[in-house]
Parts: sequence; C-alpha cells; structure tokens
Amino acid sequence: MAKSGTFSNLHDWLISEDFTSSRQARLHSVYLGWRSLIANPLAFAGFAIVLLLIIVAALAPVIAVHDPFAQDFLKALQAPSAAHWFGTDEFGRDVFSRLVYGARTTLYITILVTIIVAPIGFVIGATAGYLGGWVDVVLMRITDIFLSFPSLVLALAFSAALGPGIENAVIAIALTVWPPIARLARAETLTFRHADFVIAAELQGAGTGRILLRHIVPLCAPSIIVRLTLNMSSIILTAAGLGFLGLGAQPPMAEWGAMAASGRQYLLDAWWLTTVPGIAILTVSLAFNLLGDGLRDIMDPRNG
Amino acid sequence: MTMIKAQHLAVSYGHGDTALKVVKDVSFEAQKGETFGLVGESGCGKSTILGALAGRNKQWTGSIEIEGETIGQKRTRAQLAKQQLVFQDPFGSIHPRHTIGRTLLEPLEIHGKDRRQERIEKVLTDVGLPLKFRYRYPHQLSGGQRQRVAIARALILEPKILLLDEPTSALDVSIQAEILNLLKDLREREKLTYILVSHDLAVVAHLCDRVAIMQSGGFVEIATRQQLLENTVEHPYTRILMDGSRGYVSEKRERNSAALPA
Amino acid sequence: MANTSDTILTVENMSVEFPTLTGVTTAVHDVSFTVGREKVGIIGESGSGKSTTGRAIMRLQPPQAIVKANRMQFEDVDLMTASEEEMRSIRGRRIAMILQDPKYSLNPVMTVGEQISETVILHERATRQEARNRTLAMLERVNIRDPERVFDLYPHEVSGGMGQRIMISMMLIAQPSLIIADEPTSALDVTVRQQVLTILDDLVVERNIGLIFISHDLNLVRSFCDRVIIMYAGRVVETITAADLDQAQHPYTRGLLNALPSLDRPKDRLEVLRRDPAWLEN
Ligand SMILES: Nc1ncnc2c1ncn2[C@@H]1O[C@H](COP(=O)(O)OP(=O)(O)O)[C@@H](O)[C@H]1O
Ligand SMILES: Nc1ncnc2c1ncn2[C@@H]1O[C@H](COP(=O)(O)OP(=O)(O)O)[C@@H](O)[C@H]1O
Ligand SMILES: [Mg+2]
Ligand SMILES: [Mg+2]
Repeated sequence: MAKSGTFSNLHDWLISEDFTSSRQARLHSVYLGWRSLIANPLAFAGFAIVLLLIIVAALAPVIAVHDPFAQDFLKALQAPSAAHWFGTDEFGRDVFSRLVYGARTTLYITILVTIIVAPIGFVIGATAGYLGGWVDVVLMRITDIFLSFPSLVLALAFSAALGPGIENAVIAIALTVWPPIARLARAETLTFRHADFVIAAELQGAGTGRILLRHIVPLCAPSIIVRLTLNMSSIILTAAGLGFLGLGAQPPMAEWGAMAASGRQYLLDAWWLTTVPGIAILTVSLAFNLLGDGLRDIMDPRNG
Repeated sequence: MTMIKAQHLAVSYGHGDTALKVVKDVSFEAQKGETFGLVGESGCGKSTILGALAGRNKQWTGSIEIEGETIGQKRTRAQLAKQQLVFQDPFGSIHPRHTIGRTLLEPLEIHGKDRRQERIEKVLTDVGLPLKFRYRYPHQLSGGQRQRVAIARALILEPKILLLDEPTSALDVSIQAEILNLLKDLREREKLTYILVSHDLAVVAHLCDRVAIMQSGGFVEIATRQQLLENTVEHPYTRILMDGSRGYVSEKRERNSAALPA
Repeated sequence: MANTSDTILTVENMSVEFPTLTGVTTAVHDVSFTVGREKVGIIGESGSGKSTTGRAIMRLQPPQAIVKANRMQFEDVDLMTASEEEMRSIRGRRIAMILQDPKYSLNPVMTVGEQISETVILHERATRQEARNRTLAMLERVNIRDPERVFDLYPHEVSGGMGQRIMISMMLIAQPSLIIADEPTSALDVTVRQQVLTILDDLVVERNIGLIFISHDLNLVRSFCDRVIIMYAGRVVETITAADLDQAQHPYTRGLLNALPSLDRPKDRLEVLRRDPAWLEN
C-alpha cells in the first residue's frame, strides 16, 4: 500500500487485536466502524451530508454572505443571480443566507428532540422489559396510547395547545417520538433479560439501576442509535410541517418548513422560494436515512 | 466444618395453577474443601438446585445453611458474595460488549472493594490468563479462555463456594482437562468448596468426594468417589449412568458374552 | 465385520478450502481414507474439519468452498465428476446423512409420518394406504411405542432422541449403502443415546452397509465403531482399529486419551495436551 510509514504504523496499531490498553481497544472498534462506513458508499454519502449540515450550521455567519433578516423591498422576489445565489424572498431577504441559518434551526430541533427522547424512551422501555409484571403493563399501555395517534396529528395537537414557538415545537415533536424508542428498548431488553451474563451480575448483587445502565445500555445502544438516526428525517419533516403550518419557528426566524410555506403564494412567479428549502429538507432527511441504514450494518452486534 | 447444608429442599417454577415442583425434597451437605457432585440427565433439576443455592431461584422451601448461617429467600450482598455461579455456556455468560477488565471490575464496584487493579491482576494470574487479556472483548477469546474468565469473575469476590454448572460440557476434552486441573488447583489453594453439576460421571468422579445421582427432581443415591471407582454403587440407575460415561454398550456383544461360560 | 474389504467409499487426498477476507483457510488438508461395510469413526476437536469432510463427500459444502481431491469414488459413482442431478438422486437414497439436530433435516411444515410415507412412495411405489402402514411398521422398528400418535407430530414436537429414530426409520426404507452421521447423539442423554445407537448399530450390521460416525467423544467412538480416523487441524493424523485405540501411536491421539477423565483409571491430574507444530507437517 502506498501509505506513509507513520500512517501504516497507526493502521497496524489500530487493526491489531493484541490490545495493550483499553484506549487501544476502544479506538480499535471506532476504527473498524470507520472503515466499514467508508466501504459503504451510500452510508458514507449520508454521513458526508450530515457532516456538511453540521459545518454549515456551525459556520453560518461566515458562510452566509448576507444578513438573513435584512429586508429590502426593492430587491423582493429576485430570481437567482450571482449576487443572490438562490434569489430573494418577498421581503427581499437573501434565500441562500436564510437557508444557511435555517440549517441551525433544523439541527437545533433534531438534536434537542434526540437528547430529550433517547433517555426517556430507553428508561421507560428498559424498565418495563427488565422489571416485567404490572410495571410493564402500565408503562406499555401509556406508550400504546401515544403510539395510537399519527405523529403529525399528535404534534399538531400539542403545539396548538402549547402555543407556537420553536421550544414548544421541540416538546411537541419529542412527545411523538419517544414511544417507538421505548418499544424498541423494551424488545431489546427482553432478549437479554435472562442472559447468563445478566443473571451473573444479579447474583453478584447488582441493583436494577446498575444492570440497566451498565449491562443493558451497551446492548441496546446500537439499535436505539440506528433508530434515532432514522427518526431524524421524520423529526425534520414534522418540524418543517409545523413550521409550514405556522406552529413552529416564528418569523422572522429562518426555518426551512416556514420558508417553503411563505413561498407558496408566489409558487408560479418565484419557484425558488419553495423549491430550495424543499430540496434542503429532502436532502437532509434522505442523508439521515442513508446514514441510519449504514449504521445498522456497522453497529448491529449480530453482525459482528 | 459444614459449608453448605440443605434440608428438605424443594424448588418450583411458576405460580398458582401452573406451578411446577421441579426439585422434590432433597437433603445434602458439603464440608469445607469438599466437592459435592450432582449428576443426572437433562431436565432432572440439577441447575435448579444450583440456582436455589446461588440465590437465583427464590421459590424454594426447606432450609439452606451457608457456613452455619440460615439463608432466607432474600439475600444481602455479603450473602450473595459467599457463593458464585459458573455457567455452562462460556459464550453466553460474559457480557459481549464489556472488555474482560470491565467484566472483572463490575463485582468489585458493586461491593465497593479497594485495590481494584491489583485484584484483577491477581485473579487473571490465578486462572492462568495473560494480564493483557483484560483489554480484550470476549469474542476475541476461545471457549476455554472464556470459561477461565467466568471462573475469574466468580473468584474475584473471594467466595467460599463455587457452584459449577457443567463448566466443561461445552468444551473439547483437551480444554476440559485444563479447566478440571485449574479447578483442582484452585480448590486446594483457596480452600474452596464446590458443588459440581455434570452429566458425565467420569468428570464428577475425577473432582468430587461425594455425588448425588438425580432422577426427575430427587436423589436416587448419594455415592462416594470410592464407590464409583470400585463400582460398588447400589442403584441400577447409577450403573446406567456409569456405563454411559464409558461409551456404547453393544447389546449383541452383551448377549454373546452372557452366553459364554464365565 | 463381514467383508470389510468390500470398499464403498474411497477418498484420496481430499482438501477443502474456504476463501476468506484474510486469505484462504484450509479446513481439510489432504485427507485419504476408505470406508467398507463397517462403522468408521471420525474423531477430533471442534474445528478439526470433521463436518466439512462429511459434507464434502455428500457434495453439500457451501458454494464458496473449493474441494480438491485425486479421487472420490462412491461405489460406481465418481463424486468428483457426477452432475448435480446425479448427486440429487444419490443423496438420501444411496448416501444418507444424520445430523446432530434432526429438526434441520426434516421439513418443518410436514408431519413426520407424511415425510416417511413420501420416502416409501418414492422408493416402493406404494399407494398412500400401503405407505402409511409401512411407515407405522418402520416407526415400530425403531422402537417408537405409539407410532399412530408420532405419525401426526410435526418435527418441532418430537424430542431429540425421537427425531434421530425418525431419521433412521427413513433409512430403513431408502436403504442407502453409506450413512454419514455427524454427531448424531451429542445432544442426547446417555440412556436415549444408547437406544438410538443400538438401532443404528442393528441397521448397519443387518444391511451390511457402511457408516461414517463423526464424534468428539473418544469413549463413544471406541466402543461403537470398528475403525477410528483421528483428525487434527484438518489432517488425518492416525487411523486405527477401535479396539486398539489405547495403543495409538500419534502423540495427539495419546494426548486426547490422557486428557480424558476415566472411571476405570482414575488420575490425580489430567494430562494437558501439548500441541506440536510438527503435527501440521505432512
Ligand atoms: N425458568 C423455568 N420455568 C419453568 N420451568 C423451568 C425453568 N427452568 C427449568 N425448568 C424446568 O425444570 C426442570 C429442571 O430443569 P434444570 O434444573 O435446568 O435441569 P438440569 O440442569 O438438570 O438439566 C426441567 O424440566 C425444566 O423444563
Ligand atoms: N463456511 C465456512 N467458511 C469459512 N470457514 C469455514 C466454513 N465452514 C467451516 N469452516 C472452517 O473449517 C474448519 C473446520 O470446521 P468443521 O468441519 O465444522 O469442524 P468440526 O466439525 O470438526 O468441528 C473450521 O476451522 C472452520 O473455521
Ligand atoms: Mg442444567
Ligand atoms: Mg462439526
């Protein structure tokens, strides 16, 4: 291989299973995961787009060439040009800059929802699965109630009740996303509940909390992470839907769904107003889906 | 000194109408340093007895004494640490996502022990594994090595008793020999008391001083090692199991040899 | 055993290779043996290539495997050149296989009675009713007490010992001249094992056919088989008459024998096998 000396040394060190420290063992599995990610073009494409989204969101002030909130009615509804790559909207704001700032909103919503939902879903599902009995029955009935509504309808109902605004949208979306995670965590927990290594920990005196956190979490984590990644796209779409209906981010905040919504009045004259944010929503949700599918292959313990 | 004393022990699974008594009224005891064997065919209740002794099965009646202390259905941490279970399947008994070091650290954390790394190194040495194995994951180990890890995990809390549930039946004979030797060494060095479950009477006779022969949840006979080796066991079922560990008995050859004058 | 010289199967210098990501693994390395009208045991540790050998004879190896041999002759059939169609007519009829778990060899959605009847119809051109009677008779032959009940059971409803008897009952009808049994009794308790082996023994001796008995249990092979092939890391290290196993010469065989705890010759410490790289050279 045409690798330089240090690189191939590093490669050998990472690939060797003859570990001399736990750091090497951890890096080894990360490295193997990275290699299988590169080996899977679709997943890697998803990964690259997600990475791009994060970079764009982080560097928004640098990337955006115009102030996303600066209105200039003289420039309203201009077609894409060298000055305004994606044209301008009805208030004369630069669509490209708003798109870049919109990436922040999108990322903010998805990350916040995920942070809220992952622990709640896991704790409810794993507790139900591990303890069983009436705890299981009660927790799962509650989950079923939430599951029985279509998620957009539920999110609509909650954000209508909580009032418009991005924080309320996050809460409303989170309320619709946790039940499938809880179901998944419960199913995974049930498969390990009676494994010998769990019994061994119980017989050494480990309590419920310790078993759930130390023993069940590492086993459930891969499938939950995969599920959350796949869920990102529906979070983005729900957020966009709420934005579109005026229940999510409020003007003048840049949000892709709201941008598409406000552009629909000018659909025939200014196609870019709806098309550009629409494509952004589509691309990012597709990217999360591809990444999630790839992660499933990489992280599933049954594959390795 | 009596380490384990079980009297009129009966164990069942399930509740109400579906309750099933799997172990029916067995009594036995094991002295300190002794190895007591349980043999019988699959489903006769061997693992269930170990489960009751270990604190896994809580639906039992009768009495259990460990080191003179009467044990109830609920146990304290200290009571749990006195005896440790080693499972049959070395592939299912170690957490697949924990390194060996993590697996061995876990019991130390639960019991708040000090000098953790030192203890881990000692126990790895005791079971004959290289120290750097602590950074490995179980899938990088062979069946025999995993069973050594399982024994190390059981030993790290310095228990008085090891409950061994068919510890070698998933292993090749050559590996079985290594594990049986290891168990013999550990018993002498650490003054351990064993309860050894097996379906192979030869394995049991190799390690045990006394053996209970089980059939459908009860003991048919408690034989000494001497009786097994001298072939002076009393119960016909014990004989059948002894023949089984020698291999196949051709009925034709049997008939032919019976026909010949002695 | 009667007429051992009558060779059923000849295998000369057979190797089986698996291409893997890290290179080619040779699971079976240059093995040669013959099987006559006798019970031949193949013994070795797990991973020594016993099952791979058995499957290669049936040409049931996974598609990526590469089988090489100078000669593989089964009666009048050259197993190297036989077409897949010929192999299909040989499998189950002229060479039969018994696996450790009979559930994998039986069709899960047909009752065992229907499956045996099908074999009867295929081999004896019998009517449905005749086939049913023959099947019940065969189930009785393999010491199944209430054949009427067992006839209507599905494979997942029968115990391991019962499943093996059902497999053997099919062989009573198909009358193969070679049976390959891959750990047929490893999952069974000793009493059931004894019953199954007795039936298998009767079948082989009465029909005067060949049996390849794959096992990891030295005592079992020693007492059940006529001849033993000892495999180590894909190689045949020694072939010996079962009765003379105690006089085995190869250090690997000796190592295995000494590692075995025994009721008849108790030892304080079991001998641990010391693997010699020289065993891999041949
Ligand atoms: N968790 C359980 N629930 C119900 N029955 C069980 C359970 N575990 C074991 N049994 C039954 O108890 C009997 C004894 O099982 P076990 O002690 O595992 O036998 P052994 O270890 O001797 O093979 C078997 O008939 C088995 O089906
Ligand atoms: N499908 C396969 N792909 C790669 N290697 C295989 C495959 N099947 C078997 N092997 C290898 O062949 C060797 C022999 O396996 P096997 O014949 O199953 O052994 P035994 O039956 O003696 O336990 C093993 O080392 C195994 O890793
Ligand atoms: Mg058991
Ligand atoms: Mg095999």
